[in-house]
Amino acid sequence: MLRLVSASKPASAALLIKVAPSTSLAGRRTFASTSARQADITLTVDGKEVTVPQGSALIQACEAAGSTVPRFCYHDRLAIAGNCRMCLVEVERSPKPVASCAMPAMPGAKVWTNSPLVHEAREGVMEFLLANHPLDCPICDQGGECDLQDQSMRYGADRTRFHEITGKRAVEDKDLGPLVKTSMNRCIQCTRCVRFANEVAGVEELGTTGRGNDMQIGMYVEKTMNSELSGNVVDLCPVGALTSKPYAFHARPWELKHTDSVDVMDAVGSNIRVDSRGVSVMRVQPRPNDDVNEEWISDKTRYAYDGLRFQRLTVPLIKQGDRFVSASWEDALAAIADGLRASGAQGDEIQAVAGHLADTESMVALKDLINRLGSDNLTLDSVGGHAAPVHAVDVRSNYLFNATLPGVEQADCILLVGTNPRHEAAVLNSRIRKSWMHTTLEVGLIGERVDTTYGYDYLGADAKAVADFVAGKSEFAKKFKSAKKPLIIVGSAVTEHADGAAVYNALAKYVEQNKSQLVTPEWNGFAVLQRVASRPAAYEMGFVPSRKASQTKPKFIYLLNADEADPKSIPRDAFVVYQGHHGDLGAQLADVCLPGAAYTEKGMTWVNTEGRAQMGRAAVPPPGASREDWKIIRALSELVDAPLPYDDVLSLRDRMWEISPTLVRYDTLESTSVEAALAGLKTLAAGTANAKVSGAPFVKPISNFYQTDPISRASVTMAHCTRAFVKGENYGFSELSSKPEAAYA
Amino acid sequence: MLAARLPKRVPRLPPPVRRIHSSPCRRSDALFVHRDTTYNNPKIPFEFTSENMKRAQEIISHYPPQYKKAAVIPLLDLGQRQNKGWTSISVMNYVAKLLEMPPMRVYEVATFYTMFNREPIGENFVQICTTTPCMLRGAYDIVDTVCNHFGGIKPGDTTKDGKFTVIEVECQGACSNAPMMAVNDDFYEDLTAETTKKVLEAFAKGQKPKPGPQSGRHTSENSAGLTALASKPYGPGEFCTPEFQ
Ligand code: SF4
Ligand code: FES
Ligand code: FES
Repeated sequence: MLRLVSASKPASAALLIKVAPSTSLAGRRTFASTSARQADITLTVDGKEVTVPQGSALIQACEAAGSTVPRFCYHDRLAIAGNCRMCLVEVERSPKPVASCAMPAMPGAKVWTNSPLVHEAREGVMEFLLANHPLDCPICDQGGECDLQDQSMRYGADRTRFHEITGKRAVEDKDLGPLVKTSMNRCIQCTRCVRFANEVAGVEELGTTGRGNDMQIGMYVEKTMNSELSGNVVDLCPVGALTSKPYAFHARPWELKHTDSVDVMDAVGSNIRVDSRGVSVMRVQPRPNDDVNEEWISDKTRYAYDGLRFQRLTVPLIKQGDRFVSASWEDALAAIADGLRASGAQGDEIQAVAGHLADTESMVALKDLINRLGSDNLTLDSVGGHAAPVHAVDVRSNYLFNATLPGVEQADCILLVGTNPRHEAAVLNSRIRKSWMHTTLEVGLIGERVDTTYGYDYLGADAKAVADFVAGKSEFAKKFKSAKKPLIIVGSAVTEHADGAAVYNALAKYVEQNKSQLVTPEWNGFAVLQRVASRPAAYEMGFVPSRKASQTKPKFIYLLNADEADPKSIPRDAFVVYQGHHGDLGAQLADVCLPGAAYTEKGMTWVNTEGRAQMGRAAVPPPGASREDWKIIRALSELVDAPLPYDDVLSLRDRMWEISPTLVRYDTLESTSVEAALAGLKTLAAGTANAKVSGAPFVKPISNFYQTDPISRASVTMAHCTRAFVKGENYGFSELSSKPEAAYA
Repeated sequence: MLAARLPKRVPRLPPPVRRIHSSPCRRSDALFVHRDTTYNNPKIPFEFTSENMKRAQEIISHYPPQYKKAAVIPLLDLGQRQNKGWTSISVMNYVAKLLEMPPMRVYEVATFYTMFNREPIGENFVQICTTTPCMLRGAYDIVDTVCNHFGGIKPGDTTKDGKFTVIEVECQGACSNAPMMAVNDDFYEDLTAETTKKVLEAFAKGQKPKPGPQSGRHTSENSAGLTALASKPYGPGEFCTPEFQ
């Protein structure tokens, strides 16, 4: 059994009545400590001197010395379990080999990782592990990337001594839901999955039952693993016990081409590796990046890829009557030019709408084209996107996640306003949880009550709660005032809310007043959490309408990946062009559809919520006649007599550099200076003065985490997840499943 | 026509089937997952009686409030006692709720310790030790005696009338009085076939025989009488100078 620092979900067993009144949650978190910075120590590994920080595990010291130590249970991002014994090394003056992952490095120690004793120890451990492990590698999905397979080749004995007829341990498979496939006979009880579920994902239902040879991993009761990070256990499992259900038996790792890319399912910009075979994406894996996603990705990032195969637009389509007819590119582009002329749209009547999955290059091209056509009507595909956002876009720090993603872990008090990071940025949420578990972090929430995987003080649901907080009316507000590194996370839905302006106004003033803690050279505690991959870049390049333009009724509408548009907002007589990769909502509204490339098919720039520009790369070619999006716009510009001045992507990026150099400074962050940030807040406060409060409660913008964009809506796997986790059909332990509002507080 | 030329159908032996080779599985004697049954499902209510609740609060008060969950074992035991000697899923859920810990953490404890019975047991719980010292002193005879006494049941079974459940257990720490068995909370030691039967008969009648060695000896003293330290031990201060006496 693992002893974990844990905070439990309230088991909402309505039947267990009359229990002792529960004490406040704060009393439940126990190991609160801030780690002190420690001195370095020096030791010798395989005759090489290494210096590591005090308190590192011996395995880390060995790693630092360049000696690989085989392991199964140890993982740098999880608690240490020390139960597989594969990491045995020889230490001077120790009578037995020691488990290097569970042993702190000692100054002056002499360690050998390659001695006969160690070899023998590893061989022995390997033999024990294999004693109960089925020899089913040919039919195991982990084959080719299995730690057990690799390490038994490298460190195991060359023959078996296992001739017992009593048989191997047999464990029944568990049903963890539509994402994780189990084959529990293969489990070697490293408990990585259990530690991940409990520490990182906040699924405290996964554990070990039984003991000794009968120990097994599971939930004891019938339950699925309801977490938006569950797919990561597939990567963590060193054997084939937990494998990916959608990917089961689809490919072997050695057939796959790996392409490093960036995820676009949310605005975190998780680093991913797209594994493809031929023209199809076979799976998506995380790529470690400590500054962004550590080593995790959300289930939508990982499993929505099958949506790339369905509902695709592969040829240009022109609407004739009430049906679409496929056309050649020439005809389609000419039809658009004709449509533009016929619609008689002039100036601001030409509207461009940038959707969730529009890449930066295409947005820049579209903006340039629309501007060249004399219009300023640049709209975002969101509620209220036809007007400029309340926070304006002149100062970056007003709409970016200034505290940075790793910075969240430094905060000692976090206020969430109108956001549920668990669904809007699942990986960020795990960071908050990590910090909440290991430090004295306090979290407060204004907005709809949600299950966040950590405890929070609930402060209210509307703009009034924000006002109360600013006025210091609650216990939490006082704590927040006295915090050293306070952090306010404002959800992107606040901008879309009727009271958005009032909330921004109140918060901007509050931050200004408390700038000694909130805005310092080291810390900027005002962070806006965007949830849409294209949004930060759109703000960055000023893809927003002028005031005059926002009041104009459009006659020609160009939807670039815009699939959330309200059909009613589109005038009946307007000529509509949809450019995108899926036949989703946007395409239905269109008069001409132009097939674009999805994020795995183009090498484009994405800016995440921190303002970090990252380069996605094309893993597979776009299907059929579809083209890279900026090229389509470039081609169109010729036909509408407003040719764009770039012919290749490099000159387009030069143009991006002109607009904002941060758009092309890849993988770095440029923090806003204190002066600029404060000036930004001042303009923000001034721009939102006199805002009225309607008092409508904030609602979470994402009600179904698994289906938020055309790709995930086309994905069969995500549909299964929706059924299993959102609607709760077929799966789940009816009695104990928690109510949606069962918050931790 | 052609058919005539076909060889006559002779009954053939089925071709030797080549099975996919598999090693037999080794099963465990208990199930380490929960299955809903009519007698064990989370819908069956359970809660401590007011008396047990008081005790539970007492137990919880032994631990610092943030380590309340340390009380999980004693509380599960309390629940097991109240629930006719077995820990149902409702007991576990209730304890989890009471200690504000995720239910899984309680399931882990309850499945780890074999003393928590996760299936119903009879009125009297007979646990016969068969670990080495007891075994050397004839524990298996005792097992046979008990099983035959109950009409040939096997260890792990409950008698038809639901009065007794018999299991084999590991060392109970009474090796000096081997062989032994525990019935409910009491140890019956120095057993022979006869005394075993006597004990069980008494229980069947609803009586409770005197626990301890059934051979008449006092605790684990030498059954042949004391051979050393036979004299009376001297009391405190006996040989001291008068002022200390
Ligand atoms: S299922 Fe995989 S990760 Fe989990 S304990 Fe077993 S081997 Fe480890
Ligand atoms: S890696 Fe050290 S014991 Fe498993
Ligand atoms: S061996 Fe039976 S009690 Fe110790």
